[in-house]
Amino acid sequence: MARYVGLSGDQAAAFAAKQCDVDVVAAYPITPQTIIVEEFSNYVADGEVDTEFICVESEHSAMSACIGASLTGARVFTATSSQGLALMHEMLYIASGGRCPIVLCNANRALSAPLNIHGDHSDMMGSRDCGWIQIYAENAQEVYDWTIQAFRIAEDEATQVPVAVNFDAFTITHSLERLTVLEDEAVKSFVGKRKPKYTLDPHNPKTFGSAALPNFYYEFRVQLDDAIQRSFSTIRKVNDEYSKISGRSYDIVQAIGLEDADAAVLCLGGTIGTAKVVAKKLKSEGVNVAVIKPWVFRPFPSRELLTALDNVSAIAVLDRAISPGAPYGPLCSDIISTLYKYDREMCINNFIYGLGGRDISPREMESVMRDTARNAKEKKIEESVTYIGVRE
Amino acid sequence: MTQEPGWRALPIGGVVLEGGTARKYRTGDWRTFKPIIDKNKCVNCLLCWICCPEPSITQVEGDKVEVDYEYCKGCGVCAEECPVKAITMVED
Repeated sequence: MARYVGLSGDQAAAFAAKQCDVDVVAAYPITPQTIIVEEFSNYVADGEVDTEFICVESEHSAMSACIGASLTGARVFTATSSQGLALMHEMLYIASGGRCPIVLCNANRALSAPLNIHGDHSDMMGSRDCGWIQIYAENAQEVYDWTIQAFRIAEDEATQVPVAVNFDAFTITHSLERLTVLEDEAVKSFVGKRKPKYTLDPHNPKTFGSAALPNFYYEFRVQLDDAIQRSFSTIRKVNDEYSKISGRSYDIVQAIGLEDADAAVLCLGGTIGTAKVVAKKLKSEGVNVAVIKPWVFRPFPSRELLTALDNVSAIAVLDRAISPGAPYGPLCSDIISTLYKYDREMCINNFIYGLGGRDISPREMESVMRDTARNAKEKKIEESVTYIGVRE
Repeated sequence: MTQEPGWRALPIGGVVLEGGTARKYRTGDWRTFKPIIDKNKCVNCLLCWICCPEPSITQVEGDKVEVDYEYCKGCGVCAEECPVKAITMVED
């Protein structure tokens, strides 16, 4: 039976973690993620969960405690944002390198300086290569659904890689939505018990976190890359099973309006909502622009995107992060690499937008879409980077 | 030389499937200088045994301490700490 509740993105993350029967949470509060750990500590204080909540003095310690707990075989959850994720950076690599299937909810927030607490993707993009599976949710419902699925993806025997579920600061973390949630028992049986391959066990001693010098280190990094590349099949399997119990279907990439469009807009996270609304309006005026949302950013869904872009001849790639000195934003760089690798030539316009929480308005989105549709019609071939909504 | 296993064969995450494997890693060949204990001066106070970070000072039943050169990295802490100057560092 469907159950409706009003939850913000942060509350949805905490509620999902609660239902997933998490053994250990080690976290440090940071805006705009604080509600997640506050909410979860309420569950602990009220005896609603059987979880060890470790209060730590920093995010570096939070992730360190998560790693230690995960190595004992515990199911581990944490949450952070921006500077917190940056402070965890060193430990993120240790979590993935040590193959600790931790689930982290990251409220995407700008990095200092200047100080800013609002949304953009520069925090996770700064830790892009940390060896975690990275998912971007569009709204609170997706935060809930992906957090539950993340435990299954992370802990799957074939994966054993940590997963970060990303969602935009304030627009998603703090906005109240009507969510359809599952019953506790349904989630509990969906996630099951963690079955770790190796654990810290005094009766069966093993060595974790040992050094691997030039004769071994390389092999372990390739092993991690392989696990992440192969995780597509695990993600799909989990998506299928989740759709059976929830009635909501998830995939690696979501594409809307591809049937009659030769132009497309691609972006991550909450901005997809704006894109969908504007695309619908334009469609009613006879301008067809598809909206493509990579739910999964790592592993990068090259094949899924190529399939989606099969009949498309002009794309606008919206990056909510800046890679100073790089030729494009991080999402666009990967898309261009993919298209080039498979010899697909098309008009590619990269737009940087929304840094530090600046809104991208429906009018700005409409202008991007109209230009992209025109480029497709005119069979234009170009590459450009444009900054949306910045004052000259 | 035997070929080390490839990445597919290695346990995931760099886990070593047994404990105490540091013993197999002989760090003695890192050494440039080695400590020599003058047993005539040594009073067996065990300060070197306490201070050695490796630990490569071994206690010997019925005798004074000795250096385990398989693991001693030659850091010289023992020579520095010895209160009776019984340890000298000589080029290895």
